[in-house]
Order: sequence, then structure tokens, then C-alpha cells
Amino acid sequence: MPEGRRVEISVPALARVEGEGALALRIQNDRIEHLALSIFEPPRYFEKLLEGRDPQQLIDAVARICGICPAAYQMSASQAIEDAFGAEQDGWVRAMRRAFYCGEWIQSHALHIHLLAAPDFLGYESALAMAAEYPDALRRGLQLQGLGNELMRLFGARSVHPIGVAPGGFHRAPDPQAVSALLPRLEAALAEAEALLAWTAALPLPQQAQDFVSVALRHPEEYPLYSGRIVSSEGLDIAVSEYEMHFEEYQRPHSTALFSRLQGRDYLVGPLARLNLNQDRLPSPVAEALARTGIAFPSRNMFHSIVARAVEILLALHEAVRLLRDYHPPKVTAVSLTPRAGVGYGATEAPRGLLWHRYRFDEAGRVQEARIVPPTSQNQARIERDLRESLESFGLAHDDEALRLRAEMVIRNYDPCISCATHFLRLRTERR
Amino acid sequence: MAVHKFSSCDGCQLALLNLGESLLALQEAVEIVHFLEAGPSDPEAPVDIAFVEGSISTAEEAERIARVREHSRYLVTIGACATSGGLQALRNLDRSERAWREAIYARPEFIDSLDQATPVREHVAVDLELWGCPINGRQILGAIASLLHGVPPIEDADKVCLECKRQGRVCTLVTRGVPCMGPVTHTGCGALCPAFGRDCYGCYGPAENPNGDALARRFEGLGLLPEAIARHFLFIHSHAEPFRTVGTAWRAQREKDDA
Repeated sequence: MPEGRRVEISVPALARVEGEGALALRIQNDRIEHLALSIFEPPRYFEKLLEGRDPQQLIDAVARICGICPAAYQMSASQAIEDAFGAEQDGWVRAMRRAFYCGEWIQSHALHIHLLAAPDFLGYESALAMAAEYPDALRRGLQLQGLGNELMRLFGARSVHPIGVAPGGFHRAPDPQAVSALLPRLEAALAEAEALLAWTAALPLPQQAQDFVSVALRHPEEYPLYSGRIVSSEGLDIAVSEYEMHFEEYQRPHSTALFSRLQGRDYLVGPLARLNLNQDRLPSPVAEALARTGIAFPSRNMFHSIVARAVEILLALHEAVRLLRDYHPPKVTAVSLTPRAGVGYGATEAPRGLLWHRYRFDEAGRVQEARIVPPTSQNQARIERDLRESLESFGLAHDDEALRLRAEMVIRNYDPCISCATHFLRLRTERR
Repeated sequence: MAVHKFSSCDGCQLALLNLGESLLALQEAVEIVHFLEAGPSDPEAPVDIAFVEGSISTAEEAERIARVREHSRYLVTIGACATSGGLQALRNLDRSERAWREAIYARPEFIDSLDQATPVREHVAVDLELWGCPINGRQILGAIASLLHGVPPIEDADKVCLECKRQGRVCTLVTRGVPCMGPVTHTGCGALCPAFGRDCYGCYGPAENPNGDALARRFEGLGLLPEAIARHFLFIHSHAEPFRTVGTAWRAQREKDDA
């Protein structure tokens, strides 16, 4: 009796991803028998080490959860602090937080598109290997990444673990001269970002429709970044504080990241989910640039995530230009806070998706209890389902190397912030 | 060269990934054989320079760092986690790893973790330590350039205070009475916090010959309670001396006061 092909793919360390992850896949008789994406990034117990910290130390500590999206952590935490203390909202602070956050979107998305994802679609091991054939595209990407970092430095002195965020606002208003020096460069980059969007849309992306639930923030006027209600493509529409009533986290033996589900189902957060739910919030020049690509959103093709990232770079540049155009430093750069005991919630759209925080503070404003739900743990279950569907639709009859490459491409498409991923899958094959 | 990651946030690797076009130029000068986040993966390849990010916090990491040492001519730690244990070393203070694991995970038995998060130096010999949370591009390019030219890299271990004075900044500690860690903190950041009108929070770790006791007493003079003084020293570099000794002494003081 002929036995079916048995394939075991084990990628012990994913490349071109942020952090440490691995994939185990077993195929028997043309069926996926076992599939597990494991995140083995060792736990650092942030939620516990935050206990006892005051608001400034909380803001400085949560940045250290992620080197690529520290501002996202600082912004969600800032909101939670202000929510708990009942602080009034200040228009300047809000606008500048959004501008600061735009810097993080630009650098993180440009990094992912060029250094992590594009080599998959163009058939290279790494971006460095891509440099000879695509020097201009790579240079454009690195310049956008650098510009995003500069925008962050305007508010935070450095783009990794910025130091400028104070409880209630900022320690210092950006220097008007520095703003007027950066503004024309942001304006000049708009054309570059439009060209990048067209470039991503022309990449040879796999075509495959999937059924998935999108979850993102939604704001009455703005494209969601800094604030909004939590909505889903299935009609969910809740306040940030109601998150725990609808979403649950659970643990599985193969992963140090907790899995999330919404009403028992996996769901997607991140650029594609945001764009699918908020296309009508794009400013018209961005919407027009997107229309010119000819790709219809909402999209069911997960690989359109890279296009969504390019859309969001363009959006973030537009927003930064709008927010900084008539810049005047205010007299007061942070609202004053009066600590009180209570619970506060914060949620913003990190580059990789919804980032939800909840803290309980004591009467002196020190953290007593913390809960943080990062985007990658929310996407974990979705990535596993995508892998199953994508590999089956790709064809399990492909050879091991092709299967491994496709699996890595699927995973990297989510820009998982495991804290890293080309040979992200090492292959061990067993055939009988 | 190789870049290895252990328990960390990936922020120090960004000192390379954020170099922009210099990253492409770097490729002309050195061959990058292992740098998982950038793509190249060959962790066992012999290298001249191995940069190590992250603290050692699992049994697997303790084994892996020993192999990195074997394959590397120069081993250079980058950042707070690899150099002093980092923020996650806070669990070492009270041996609280187990309690914290049980508080966060419903199934703590699934988690592989050592009770302490420790710097690389406690496991293998280290040739150069680059301090900072995070390090910056100037530090890592400086180290590579020195090694390429065959001269020992110099890591300036002076205090943030001196850099701040050179920049002509108004002293946050003296004029505003905020508990600035600049007098005891390792230089290298460019005195960013005082330039932004706030107190240094010690993210580059202890400078050489710091007088932590005197600074802590100054903080007390500013009206800080023992617990708050302890929290300033027991933060990003709580495992590094003398921050650890000064911080735990003030924490013990608070407990005595409470009793």
C-alpha cells in the first residue's frame, strides 16, 4: 500500500520578524495534521514589574516592551493615566501626540515593507541582497523610514524609547525652527509615498481571498490612530473600556504569547483591518492615490496588507503636514494631573494594530495592576488559520522548500512583533 | 559579523536597522552572516564580531550564549538587557519570577524561564559592553570602525552630568529640584532628558565611580520618600552596581519606616 507523503517543517527561529518565533508543520497524506506558530520570546513580566511605578516611570517603562513601536505603548498608557485621573483633554497635546504617532507609523511601516516583507515578494533572502537590483526602491524606503524617525525625534529626542512624553502631554514643545525645517521635507516626501503605494500595488502578490473578521478603532472624523471606539466588520461597536466584555485571552502550550478571540473566533488587527473598516476616513488625496492602484478595499486578500501599509505611510505624512503646518508652541505642554485611585483604559492603533491597556492606580497615582494586550497576540490565532488556508490553497504538493517559503511569507505579512524573521523557518523533512 | 538576540525589545538592533543608507554602506565594510531580523541566518558561523542584544533569562539562552562565545572573536554586548540585565532584571530583586509567572499565565507550567534575568557577563567573557537603553548608531558604528582599524574601541564611562554641562544646559536638579540621575549615569545618550527639561532616569546605567549614596541623600533633601528614592535606582538597571545596593538600602529603609 502506498503511503502518503509525510512532511514536517520546523522553523525554529523565524527571520525578518521582530522577536523570536517558530513554526511547526506536519503534513500527512496531503492534509495538514498539525500546525503551530509558537512565540517563544521569553517572558519579561512587564505587567508585574510596572506595579508600584508612578505615571512617568510607567510611560518610560512601557516603551521598553517594543523597540519598534515604543510611542504606541506610551500613547495607550498616557490615555489610561488620564482616563483614571479624570484629566481634561487639551487640543494641542492631542494634535501633537497624533503627529508624534505618525512618525512611528512611517518608520515602522517603511521598515517592514522594505527590510522585512519586500524580499519575499521579489524572491530575495534579505533586503541587503535586494540592494543591487532595486537600489532606488530601497533607498526611497530607507529615506521614508529615516524621515519617520526624525518626526519622532522632534517630540521624543530619539525614536527608540523616546524621552519627551510626560504624563498629561510632553516635556517640551518642539522648537518652531526645527518644525519649519522638517515640514518641507515631509511635504516633499508625499510624492515619494505615492510612488511607494503604486510600487507595492504592482508587486507580484499572491491572489487569495479569505474570510476573516477585521477589528480596529473607528473615530467620527479621523482615520483611526490615536483614538476611537473599537469596531469590527461583524458589527461590533464598543467603548475602549468594554473590551474585556467581548474579547478573551487564552494560553496554549506552544507559545509564551497569549492568544485572543472575539466571540470565540480569531480576528485580524493591523493595517488591512484598519483600512477595511475606515476607508471612508482617508483624506481625499490619499483616497485618490489608493483608487489609482485599482485595488478595491475592503479586501479579503491578506497580502494586501503591504498595500495598506503604504496607504498608511501616505496618510501619516498627510496628517503630519496638516498638524504641523500652522505650528505654534503653546505656553503649557502638558495638562496638570491630580492622581486619584481608580481604573483607566487606553487604546490606540499601533503600527501592527490595536494596542489595549488597563491600569488600576492607588490614591498616589502608582500602578497597582496592569493589563496590556498587544496586537501580535491578537493576531496569533488568525495567523495560524491563515497558514492553514494559504498552504492548502497554494498546494501541499509543493516541495518542502516552497512550502517553507510560503509559510514564512504568510507569517511575515502580519509584521509579527515577536520581538524577529528569511530563514525564519528552518526545515526538517521527514518522508516515508 | 553577527547580531544575536536574547530577551529584549529589539530596540538596540534598530541602531543598525535605522542607519538608512549607512546600512547599505556598512555591508561594503563587513560581511553580515547572522542577523535574523534583517534576514541573514547562520547562528553557528564563526565571526570576528558578535553583537549580543538581550538578557539571559531561559535555560536555552544560557546554552546559546555559550555557543555564541565559542564562535566569536570579539563579543560585544549592546544595550541595557545584555549589559546589566535590563528592566526585566527587576524580578531578581525579590526572586519574584515564579510569583509573577503565576500571576500572568493561567498555565505557568508551559513557560520556560530562569528565576533571574542576568547580563551576558555573568555567563561568558565579554570583550566590550555598549551601555544604553537603547544604544545609538554612533556607539555601534564607532565600535565596528575601531575593530576594523585594529584599535581597541573606547566606551566613555563618564557621567551624563559632564555632557550636559558641556552643552550649557540649565541644571534640572539644582534649578528645578527634580531628582535627576545625571550625576551617577553613564554618558552616551547626549544628555537628551535635561535638554528636554526633564530629569535623567538612568537609562545608560551607572557611570564609573558614581556616588550613588550622596545623590540619594540629595533626593531625600528634595523631599523624596525612601520608596521613591529606591524606585529611581531600581529601574532600568536595577541589577547593576551600585544602583542595586543604593536602591535596595532605601527600600529597606521604607520597610523599616512602615514597621
